[in-house]
Amino acid sequence: MRSNLIVLTVAFGYLALLFLIAAWADRRAAQGRSLIGSPTVYALSIAVYCTAWTFYGSVGRAASHGPSFLLIYLGPTLAMLVAPLLIRKMVRIARAQRITSIADFISARYGKRGGLGALVAAIALLGITPYIALQLKAITLGHAILTTYPTLPADTLAASPFWTDKSFWVALVLAVFIILFGTRQLDASERHEGMVAAIAVESLVKLVAFLAVGLFTTFMLYSGPSALFSRVAAQPSLAGVLSLDNVPGGQGGWLGMLVLATLAFVTLPRQFQVLVVENVDEAHLSRASWLFPLYLLLINLFVIPIALAGLLLGDAALDPDSFVLTVPLAAGLETLPLVVFIGGLSAATGMVIVETIALSTMVSNHLVMPLLLRLAHRRPARYKDTVLAGWLLGIRRIAIVLILMLGYLYHALIGETYSLVTIGLVSFAAAAQFAPAMLLGLYWRGATHAGAVVALSLGIATWAYTLLLPGFARSGWLDDTWVNEGLAGLAWLRPYALFGLEGWDIYTHALFWSLLFNLGALIGVSLFTRQSPLERTQAALFTGALQPGLWSRAVTGQGQTTQGELYQLLTRYLGLAAATRIFAQADASTQTSAHARPASPSLVARSERALAGALGTASARVLMDSVVRGETLDREDILSLLDATSQALEYSRRLEQKSHELEETSQALRAANARLRELDRLKDEFVAMVSHELRTPLTSIRAFAEILHDADTLPEAQRQRFLDVIVHESQRLSRLIDEILDLARLESGRMTLHPRRLDLVELVRRSTETIQRVLAERGVTLELDLPDVPTPVSGDPDRLEQVIINLVDNASKFAAPEHPRVRLALATTDRHVRLLVEDNGPGIAMEARELVFEKFHRLENTSLNVPPHGRPRGTGLGLPISRGIVAHLGGRLWVDDAPTLGGACLLMELPLAPDEASTT
Amino acid sequence: MSGRRHTARRIALAILALLLFSPPVIGLFDIPSAITGLSWLPLYLFCAWGGIIALTAWLQSRESVLQEMPSLTETRSDDARHEK
Amino acid sequence: MARILIVDDEPNIVLSLEYLMQRSGFEVDTANDGSQALQALQTQPPDLVLLDISLPDISGFDVLRQLRQTSSMRTLPVIMLTAHGREVEREKGLALGADDYVTKPFSTQELVAKVQALLDEVR
Repeated sequence: MRSNLIVLTVAFGYLALLFLIAAWADRRAAQGRSLIGSPTVYALSIAVYCTAWTFYGSVGRAASHGPSFLLIYLGPTLAMLVAPLLIRKMVRIARAQRITSIADFISARYGKRGGLGALVAAIALLGITPYIALQLKAITLGHAILTTYPTLPADTLAASPFWTDKSFWVALVLAVFIILFGTRQLDASERHEGMVAAIAVESLVKLVAFLAVGLFTTFMLYSGPSALFSRVAAQPSLAGVLSLDNVPGGQGGWLGMLVLATLAFVTLPRQFQVLVVENVDEAHLSRASWLFPLYLLLINLFVIPIALAGLLLGDAALDPDSFVLTVPLAAGLETLPLVVFIGGLSAATGMVIVETIALSTMVSNHLVMPLLLRLAHRRPARYKDTVLAGWLLGIRRIAIVLILMLGYLYHALIGETYSLVTIGLVSFAAAAQFAPAMLLGLYWRGATHAGAVVALSLGIATWAYTLLLPGFARSGWLDDTWVNEGLAGLAWLRPYALFGLEGWDIYTHALFWSLLFNLGALIGVSLFTRQSPLERTQAALFTGALQPGLWSRAVTGQGQTTQGELYQLLTRYLGLAAATRIFAQADASTQTSAHARPASPSLVARSERALAGALGTASARVLMDSVVRGETLDREDILSLLDATSQALEYSRRLEQKSHELEETSQALRAANARLRELDRLKDEFVAMVSHELRTPLTSIRAFAEILHDADTLPEAQRQRFLDVIVHESQRLSRLIDEILDLARLESGRMTLHPRRLDLVELVRRSTETIQRVLAERGVTLELDLPDVPTPVSGDPDRLEQVIINLVDNASKFAAPEHPRVRLALATTDRHVRLLVEDNGPGIAMEARELVFEKFHRLENTSLNVPPHGRPRGTGLGLPISRGIVAHLGGRLWVDDAPTLGGACLLMELPLAPDEASTT
Repeated sequence: MSGRRHTARRIALAILALLLFSPPVIGLFDIPSAITGLSWLPLYLFCAWGGIIALTAWLQSRESVLQEMPSLTETRSDDARHEK
Repeated sequence: MARILIVDDEPNIVLSLEYLMQRSGFEVDTANDGSQALQALQTQPPDLVLLDISLPDISGFDVLRQLRQTSSMRTLPVIMLTAHGREVEREKGLALGADDYVTKPFSTQELVAKVQALLDEVR
C-alpha cells in the first residue's frame, strides 16, 4: 500500500479529481448555476488558511511549544468575529473598484500609484515565497516518510541534482495545475469559481483526514482520552508539555503571537483572495463568522492527543512535525497514512494554488505590466499594433511558474534548516506589515501615500533584519557572527535583541519592532505630507465605503474622449470580445461611424473598471490617462460630492441650530415687544387717569375762581364757602401731585428710603395722634391694640408713618356710616411683625382684594368702594403707594378677612429688626 | 438603527474573546491537573473558544432576520449595475 | 323757566354748576350718580341735562343711551361733561346723541353760553 507507484497514483488521481471538480464548477458558473453561492462553501474556502503547516505543524508545535499552537487559530477567530464589519467594508470596496489583489487594494487606497502596488507585490513575493516552500517541503517530506518508514527519509536534497528531487516535480505539477484553472480568464477580479470549489473540497478532505487520525489515535490506539492521559501521567517528563511555561516568550510571546495571527489572517495574499476577491455575497460573512472558527476548532481538536501519542512513541515517531503520519504508521496501519498524506496534500496544494494565483496576479499587474506600459509609452511605434490582451495571460502563467520555482529554490537552499512552524511564522510577520496601511487606510482618511510607502518599507526592512536575515544566517547561508554580536559588533543592533530588547521570543520581538516602525511611520509621515486629489478621493471612498448609495453616486466622470479611442484601447488590452461586451453594456455603438462620437461618462467609467479588473487599478489609471483628455474621470468631483454631502449635512445641522436660536430669539423679542406694548398701554392709561384725576379738582377750582371773579356782589357766607372749596381742592391737587410723584419714584426704583432701626409701637402711637383730629371730625372711633414691649423694625419712619396714616384714613372712610369703628392691632411672630387695620364697613369682595392695590382703582364703578356720603374720596393712589413702600422695606401688604369688626381688613407684615446686640 | 446595535454586540463579543484568549486570564487556568500533571489551559481554551463560537452563531441567527435580507438585495442591485 | 338736570359725582363740581345755572336764571335738579339721574329724568323731565361721563355706578354714556330710547326725551338737549380729554370719548358721546361736549375744567361763561344756545334752538 505504500509503494511509490501507489502513492503517486493516488496523489495524481486526487489532483485530477480536484481538476474535474474545478472544471465542473466553472462550467456551472458559466451556465449561471453557481456551486459556490453558499456561506458554507465560503467558510470552507477561507479554510485555505489551514495549510500543511496546520496539518503537520500544529502537532509539531503542540509537542514542542505547548498550547501556543492554538494562537494561530484564535487570532483568525477574533478577526472573523468582526468580519461582518471589517471584511464587509473591504468586499464592498473591492467589488466597486474591481480590486484584484491586496497590492491592488493598497495601491488603490493611496491614489492608484503603480509604485506602491509594486512595493506591496514585491513584499508579498519576498515574504510568501518561504511559505510556498514550506508546502513543497511538507509534500515531499510526507511522501518520503510514507514510502520509507520506519527508516529515516534520506537527505533528499543534499547532493543530488534537482531533477531527481521530488519537490521540484511537485512544484512543476502544481504549476501546470494552477495554470490550468487559475488563468482561465483574463479578468482577475472575476471570481475563480472552479478554484474556490476545489479549495472547499480540499478543506473538507483535510478536515476528514485529520479527524480520522485523531479518532484513530484517541479511540483505537488508546481506548479513549482517559487512557491516553493516564499513559501521559505515567511519564513525568511530559507533565509540563501543555503549560504556559512551554510557550516561547511566556505571556508576552502569547499575546504577540495572537496579534500576529489576527493580522496575518486578513493580510496574507491568499486570505485576501478568498475573503475579499472571491466573496460572492456580503451576506455570507455573518454566517462564515462562526462557521470558519468552528472549522478551526474541529481541525485542532485532536492535535493534543496526537502530539501526546507521538511523544509517548519516543524515537519511533521521528520529528514532531511528522507525528500525524508516524503515529498511524508506527501502529502498522497502511490505509490511514495514505489518507493522511492526501489530507496533507490537500492542505498544501490548496494553499499553493490560491497563494500562487494571488501572487501571480500581483506580479503581472503590479510588477510586469507597469514596466510594459512604460515601454509601450516610450516606444509607441514599436508596440503600436500589439494586442496586449494575450500577453497578460502569458505573463501571469510565466509568473506562476516562476513563483513556484522560487518557492522550490527557497525550499532547496534554506528550507531544510527550518521547522514548518518557523517558516510559516516568518511569512506571517511579513504579511502583517500590510496591516497598518490597509486597516488604518480603511478608517483614517488622513493616511497618505507617502506615509504608506515609508511605513511598508520600514516595516519590511525591520522584518528582514530581525527575522529573515538571521534565519538565513542560522541556516548557514550567511555568516552568523552579526546575529550574535550585532551588526558591526554593536550589541544594540543584535537582530534578536534590537535596542537591547531581550527575553522575548523572536517573532514577538520582530513583530513589535516592525509594527512599531511601520505604524509610527504611517501616522507620522501622513501627518506631514499631502494627498493628491485622486488619493483624497480614494481615501474618502475607502473610509466611507459602507455609506449607503456612495458607489452609485461615484460613477460619473467628466473626461473627454471618443468612442473609437476607447474601443481601440479595450480591444488592445482586453481583446475584441471583451471590448464589444463593454460597449454593449454601456449602450454604445462599436460601428466605425460612431467612433468619432464622444464617449459617455458611464462608458469611460465602465472601461476603466474593466481595465482595472484585468490589469489592476494603477495600470488601468495610466491607460485611461493616455486616451482621456482633460480631467479624466475627475474623481475630484466625487470627493467634492462626498465632502459636499457631509458639508451640506453639517450646514443644515448648523442652519437648523441657527434657525432654532432665531426662533427662540424672535419669541423672546415677541414677548418683550408684547410686554413693551402692554407697558406702553399701561403708561397711556396711567397718563389718562392722572389727567382725569388732575382735571377734577382743577374743574372746581377754575369754576369757583371764575364765579368769584364774575360776581361782584356775593353774600359773605357764600363767598367764604366757595373760597374754602378752592383751598380744599388745591390741597387735594397738590396731594395728588405728591402721590403721583411718589408712585413714579416707586415704580422706577428711584424712591430713596432711609431705613433705620425704630420701634413700631411708638411709630403707630405718633401716627394715630396725627390723624386723630380727622377721625374725630368723621366721628370714627379708633381702637388701638398694641403690645407693651417695643417692637423693633427696620424702616424709614416718615414713609412708614405715611403708610399707617393711609391705612387708618382709608379704613375710616369705609367704616359703617353709623358708629364707624376702626381697629389697629400689632402682633409679632418669630421673625415678623403684623400690623392689622380693620373697619366695620361693608368689607371688600374676595375678587376685588387685589384690585384695590391697582392705581386709581377707585375709578372702577363698584359702589362698594365709594365712601359713604360726606366723606372725602381718596386719590386712588394711597394703597398702591403703601404696598410699594412696604415691599421696599421687605414686607408685604394685603387684604384679609377682618377678625373682629367684620369689614375690610388690611394687613402689613414687616420683618423684625435683628437684635440690637447683634447689629452693633 | 438595529445595524448599529449589531455592530456594538459584535465588537463587544470580539473584546470578550480577546480578553478570554489573553493574559492574564489564560494564566488563571495554567494549573497542572492533579492526575496527569498536564495543564488545564488547553481544555479551558477549547471551552472558551467553543463558547465564543456558539455565542457568535446565536448572534448571527438574531442578525440574519434583520440584516441579511436587505444586504442581499443591496448586493444584487450592485451586481446588476456591474453586469448589465 | 327752563329746568336743568346736573349729573356729576363730584360734590364741589355739582355745587359750582348749580350756582352757575341758578345765577343764569334756570331751575336746577342734581344727581350724584346714574341711577339718581334716571330717576330724576322720570319724575321731573328737565329741559336740558349736564351729564358727566364718569359716574360711580353706571356711566354717563349709558344714561344718555337710555334717555335717547325714551320717546319723550329723544330731542332733549344733553351736554356731556368729561375730565377725559380724549377725542374718542367726544365722538362716542356725539354719536350717542349728545348735543354738545364740554371738557373739564371748563370756562363758566362758555358753558352758560352753550346751555342758552341749545335752549334757544329748541324753542
